[in-house]
Amino acid sequence: MMTDGLAPKTWLHRVPAGFKLAGLALFSLLLLPVDDWRILAGVLAVVLAVYAGFGRAGFARLALLRPLIPLLVIVGGVQAFSSGWHAGAVVSLRLLAMLLLADLVSMTTTMSALMDVLAPVFNLLRPLGVNPRKMALAVALVLRFVPVLLTRWRAREEAWKARTHRRVPVRLVAVFLADILQLADRVAESLDARGFDTVTADRQRKRS
Amino acid sequence: MESRAIVRIALMAAVIGVLGMLPGVMLPIAMGVPITAQTLGVMLAGIILGPRHGALAVLLFLFVVLLGAPLLSGGRGGLGVLFGPSVGFLLGFVPAAFVSGLVMERLKTLPVFAAALVAAVAGGIVVEYACGVAGLMAMARMSLTQALLATAVFVPGDLLKALATAFVAEASYRGYPAAIASRA
Repeated sequence: MMTDGLAPKTWLHRVPAGFKLAGLALFSLLLLPVDDWRILAGVLAVVLAVYAGFGRAGFARLALLRPLIPLLVIVGGVQAFSSGWHAGAVVSLRLLAMLLLADLVSMTTTMSALMDVLAPVFNLLRPLGVNPRKMALAVALVLRFVPVLLTRWRAREEAWKARTHRRVPVRLVAVFLADILQLADRVAESLDARGFDTVTADRQRKRS
Repeated sequence: MESRAIVRIALMAAVIGVLGMLPGVMLPIAMGVPITAQTLGVMLAGIILGPRHGALAVLLFLFVVLLGAPLLSGGRGGLGVLFGPSVGFLLGFVPAAFVSGLVMERLKTLPVFAAALVAAVAGGIVVEYACGVAGLMAMARMSLTQALLATAVFVPGDLLKALATAFVAEASYRGYPAAIASRA
């Protein structure tokens, strides 16, 4: 679930991540001042065509954006109501085009490729106290914690449901939270025991 | 920063993600809009970790989301979220967690439940909505009144979430007193 490494590769996968990010930034600047709905609709059509070119995977990705439709309708509707349908169309078309464009980059770029592009940025932030090594550890920990927490929560939920028909209460979340905070503190202890030395990492930062 | 702090920050970032993935575990549905527990995680991050580490946990969560992890409520993620009309609410998570943590720290003399409730309302509602409304005005070119009207629907749900946050904070403090940074 957390990686798209097994998804079929497309031509956009082969474009370097740095190019795609730069292109996205450029497009967002170019589209911002455009106030003609026909141009925006054209851009949206091209973006949609790229998705369609990806076949089933592209359509599956589009389907993920369905929860956003009500919000886009509200935003476009309010705008149309106050300043005419033209303004409403411009606002919703631009939002949708940018959203889909950015999602295209995410869909065709692996997380590690993005991290690699960002590595020089983190190095620039070193003087501000950002340690790239700790940053990488933190990201890896989040990605690992999510499935662990989900499994643990499901186990608790099942245990509750096996005993009563009542709804899962907020109290269960509290017990769960106390439990996983202890888990976190144990993980920290074992990190230290296994030699992830944060003190040396700090010292290295100060020296460089 | 020591390992314990890093791991706790990563844990709370993961908690925010997991809470977004469990739709309506225990929260009711307001006017057809399912309330996700994601902001519950944001308020908890500030209250439990304190202002600085809480804000860092949210930043880490947002960073992982932007990298493409589908952890935003509804299974969304990736750079697209930056261009949606609700981006203000998303970026507002950071100051929201910070303010929640700050208020929690200042109210040390109050019982945990009361302090956490005030902290959750200040961060998760006042600050969060200010950012969200500003975001709607910028992204969707709405006026202040329009943006306020469009978001007012969600306030009752968020009040419930603030109550739930206070309850969870108090109960987990009882279960593991080292849970809340400012009271350990």
